Amino acid sequence: MSGPAVGARAPEALGTIAASARPRRERSVGAWWAWLIFVVGALYFFVPLLATLEFSLRACAPPNQPCTAPDFSAYSNVLQGEEFYEKFGYSILVGLVTIVVSLLIIVPTAYWVRLRLPRLRPIVEFVTLLPFVIPPVVLVFGLIRVYSRPPLQFTATELSSTALLVCAYVVLSFPYMYRAVDAGLAAMDVRVLTEAAQSMGAGWARILWSVIFPNLRTAALSGAFLTLAIVIGEFTIGNFLAPWGFGPYLSLLGRDKIYEPAAVSLISFGLTWLAMIFIAVVGRGRGSRVQVAGAR
Amino acid sequence: MGFLELAGVRKEFPGGVVAVENFDLDARKGEFVSFLGPSGCGKTTTLRMIAGFEAPTAGTIRIDGREITRTPPNRRNVGMVFQSYALFPNMSVADNIAFGLKLRGMAADARRKRVGELLRLINLEGRGDRYPYQLSGGQQQRVALARALAIEPTVLLLDEPLSALDAKIRVALRQEIRQIQRQLGITTVYVTHDQEEALELSDRIVVMSEGRVEQVGTPFEVYNFPSTAFVASFVGTLNALPARVVDAASGRLSLAGQEVRTTSTISGGAGERVTVAIRPEAIGLEGVDPTVPVGAPNGANRLQATVDDVAFLGSVVRVRVRLAGDGAHRLDVDTFNNPNLAVPSAGAPVALHFAPEACLVLPGSALPATTDALEAAEAML
Amino acid sequence: MSSAEQAVPVTAPAPRPARPGSIWAWLGVLPFFIWTAMFMGLPALFLLVGSFTLADGGLGIDNYRDLTTGAILPAFVNSIQLSFITAVVGAVFGLLLASAAILGKLPRVFRSALMTFSGVASNFAGVPLALAFVFTLGNLGLVTKLLQDVFGFSLRGTGFSLYSMTGLAIVYLYFQFPLMVLVIAPSIEGLRREWREAAENLGATSFGYWRRVALPILTPSILGAGILLFGNAFGAQATAYQLSGGTIPLATLVITAQMQGDVLFNPGLGYAAAMGMVFVMGLSILAYSVLQRRAERWLRS
Repeated sequence: MSGPAVGARAPEALGTIAASARPRRERSVGAWWAWLIFVVGALYFFVPLLATLEFSLRACAPPNQPCTAPDFSAYSNVLQGEEFYEKFGYSILVGLVTIVVSLLIIVPTAYWVRLRLPRLRPIVEFVTLLPFVIPPVVLVFGLIRVYSRPPLQFTATELSSTALLVCAYVVLSFPYMYRAVDAGLAAMDVRVLTEAAQSMGAGWARILWSVIFPNLRTAALSGAFLTLAIVIGEFTIGNFLAPWGFGPYLSLLGRDKIYEPAAVSLISFGLTWLAMIFIAVVGRGRGSRVQVAGAR
Repeated sequence: MGFLELAGVRKEFPGGVVAVENFDLDARKGEFVSFLGPSGCGKTTTLRMIAGFEAPTAGTIRIDGREITRTPPNRRNVGMVFQSYALFPNMSVADNIAFGLKLRGMAADARRKRVGELLRLINLEGRGDRYPYQLSGGQQQRVALARALAIEPTVLLLDEPLSALDAKIRVALRQEIRQIQRQLGITTVYVTHDQEEALELSDRIVVMSEGRVEQVGTPFEVYNFPSTAFVASFVGTLNALPARVVDAASGRLSLAGQEVRTTSTISGGAGERVTVAIRPEAIGLEGVDPTVPVGAPNGANRLQATVDDVAFLGSVVRVRVRLAGDGAHRLDVDTFNNPNLAVPSAGAPVALHFAPEACLVLPGSALPATTDALEAAEAML
Repeated sequence: MSSAEQAVPVTAPAPRPARPGSIWAWLGVLPFFIWTAMFMGLPALFLLVGSFTLADGGLGIDNYRDLTTGAILPAFVNSIQLSFITAVVGAVFGLLLASAAILGKLPRVFRSALMTFSGVASNFAGVPLALAFVFTLGNLGLVTKLLQDVFGFSLRGTGFSLYSMTGLAIVYLYFQFPLMVLVIAPSIEGLRREWREAAENLGATSFGYWRRVALPILTPSILGAGILLFGNAFGAQATAYQLSGGTIPLATLVITAQMQGDVLFNPGLGYAAAMGMVFVMGLSILAYSVLQRRAERWLRS
C-alpha cells in the first residue's frame, strides 16, 4: 500500500462518507390511501379499548344512565378486594413456574440440536409445531381423560391439578421458547463459544451455565414474556384444570358483575401490553420480532 | 457531441447532503466508461440518475442528443444490472430475460428466439427453465446481464455487478462482460470501487471522490499521470513520504537527508514541507534485480536503504525497506518475480533507483487519504 | 402462532454426526421428548384410540361416520365458515394495513407503532376481548349507544347481534388482522427495492410491477398467512365461549360441552370430533409450511 507514514486518516473524509453513505429516498409524508387504511385499523384497535375504559368508569349510576363524572369505584372494588390479587398472583406464579420449567427443557435441547444432533432439527421443529396442530381445547380434553383417573389422578387436589396445568402450559410454550432460544443460539455461534470454553477446560455444565445461558438472556426473556402473556389470561385449559385461576375468574366476573369486568379487562390488557413492549425493547436490534401467541 | 452526455449534474438529498456535484461526462457511442471511487463518492447516485431512479437537482442528461433528465425510468430504454442481481425470484431464467420483451408486446415466437440468443450469449443455453435460486451467483449475474441486454438498451448500466461474487468468478465474469460489450458495441457505464476492474475493463475511467470528479482519463493516464493526490492514492498503491524542498526551481528535495530530483513543479521555497509519492513498481532494487544497473545512470535517483521484510505476492515480490537516515521513512518496492532475483534478507543494505519522472510531489505534509483509510472507512459503514 | 421469519432456520450448522453409540448425546434432548410425549402425545393418542372405540367397547370407524349426523357437523361447518370468512377478511385488511405502513411511506413511528399494536392485539384474545366487545357493540356498548343517541340509528333494529356469527366474526377480526400484519410484514419488507427498479428499468409501470412481480412473489406468503389465520380462528375457544355461553355451535364449543358432560351420549363421538379438529388444523399447518418454504426460498434468493 505505502510507507507507514501514509497511515494517517482523513477525518473530514470519513465524515462525508458516513453522511452520504446510502442515498436515501425522499421521505414523503405518506400516501393518502395509506393514511386511510391506517386510521381504519387504528379505530378497530382503539374503539373497543376506549369503550371498555368508558364502561369501566360508569359505575356510579344504573346501566342506562350516564355519569356526570368518571367514577373509579369499579377499579377500587376490584383492587380493594383480595380476590383479584389472589387470582392474579396464582396465574403469575403458574406463569413463572412454566417459564422456568420450559427454559430448563428447551435450552439444553436447542443447544444440543445445534451442536451435536443437527439431524434431529427437523424432528424437533416438527414437534414444536404440534401445539398449533392440537388446539388447547383438544389438548385439555385428552389431558383430563388421561390424567384424571388412577394411577395418575392429577385432578384430585388443587396442587396436583396445578402441576398438570403447568405441564400443559410448558408444552404450549415450546413453540415460542424454542424459536426464541434457537434464534438466540443462531446469533452467537454456539460451536465456537463451546469449543473456546472447552479449550479452556470447562465442562458441559459450566459451559451451559456460564457461557450459553448468559448469552441467551435476551432471547430467553422474549420467550419468557410471551409465555407469561399466554398463561396469565389463558381460559380454555385453565377453566378445566384450575377454575380458581385468573382467566376463569375474569370469565365469571364478566357474567356476574357489570362494571368490574371492564376494569379487570383493561388491567389485564395493560399488563399484556407492558410485556409486549418489554419484548419489543429487549429484542430490539436483534432481528427478533414480537411473536404472536394465537387466539384462544 | 457524445452519445451519453451529462452536463453540470448535481444531486442534493433532503437534509442537505450533496451526493454529486457538477458532474460532466461525454461518452462516445460504444465506449466503456467506469465510475471509480470509494463508497459514498456519488458514483452509484450518478448511475441511478442516468437510469432515472434519482432525479438530478440540477443539470441535464442526454442520450443520443435526446434529453432524458426527467423521463421516468420505464421510458428510458436504458439497461441496468444491479449489484444484488435483482432477478425476479418467481420467474424462470427465460421469463426473467423475456420480461422487458413481454412489456414491449413482442410476440411469443420472437420472444423465445431472442431469449435463446441471449442464453447463448451468456453461455447458459438450456438453463432457461431454471429458477434464480437454482443458479450460482455468477450465473445469476449473467442472467441479469442478459435481461438488461434483451431490450436492446441504448446504454448499459452496471452497478458494482461483480462485488457480490467470489474472486475467481469475478475475474472470469469481468472478461466475459468486456467481451460481450465489445461484441455488441453497446455504450456502457460501469460503477465500481475496485480499481483493478476499472483499469482492466474501461476505455475511460471517471475517478470520483466525495461527489466530485477527480479525474477523467484512460486507464493509462489515470494510473500513470494522476492529476490529484486522491487519484494517485486510490488508483494503485503508492508510497507517500514526507520531504522538504531544497530547490523548487530545479525540483530538488531532501528525503530523509538524501537528495531526490523530481520533474514536478514545486511551489514553495526551500525548507517547505511536501509529500513525495512514488509507485512501488517504479523503484528498482540494485543488487536484487539483475536488470537494474549498478550505479545511477540517466540521472536516476539513488537512495540508500535497509531491507525490513520481503513478501511474496505471487507474480510480484514486495520488499519493504527503510531509508537510511532517521529510519522513519519506510516504503514498499515491487519487483516482478523471477528466478534470477537475489532476494535479500532482512537487515541487508540495498540501493533504490527511481526516475525523477516517477516522483509526484504534493504540497504540504497533509497526506492524501489512502486506500487504507478509505477501506477502514468502508468497513465502518 | 409464530411469526413467519422464524419458521425455518436461516442456516443449519455444518452437520457434525453425533459420536456413534454415545447415549450421552441423546440425553440432552430426552427431557424434551419425554415431556412432549407425556403431555401432548399421550393425550392425543388417547383421543385417537378413543375415537375408534365404539360404545360397546369394540373397535371401528362408526364414530367418524356419526360425525356427519347430529350437532357435530353443523358445528364444524360453522367453525369452518367463521374461520374462512375471518381469515379472508383479516388477510385482506391485514395485507392492506401492512402495505400501507411499509410501502405507503408512513412515518417510521407509525410503522413501529403498528407492529407493537399488532403484537398486542393478536395476543389480546379470549375472555378480555369478548368483554371489550360487549362494552363496544353489546346492548349497552359505547358504539351501540353512540349510534342510537347521536345518529338515531338502532343497531339492534338492523338485526345485528354481537352474539351471532356476524358478531363473532367482528370480534375474531380483532385478533385476525393484526396476526396478518405480523405474519405478512416480513414478506412485504422482503420485497427488494431492486425488483421494482429492475421492473421499471425494463419498462414496467407501477401497476405492471405489482401485477407481474410483487403480487406473484407475495402470493405464497399471502396464502400461507391466510391459512394460518384460518387455523388460528378454528382453534379459538375462549372468545366464543365467553361471548355466546356456548349457544353458537362451533367445533371447539361442542368439545367443551362434551367435556363438561357427555352431551353427545357417546364419548367416542367426542373423541372423533376432537380428532376432526386435529385433522383440520394439521392440514392447515401443513399447507402453511409448504407455502412458507416456497416464499422463503423466493424472498431469500
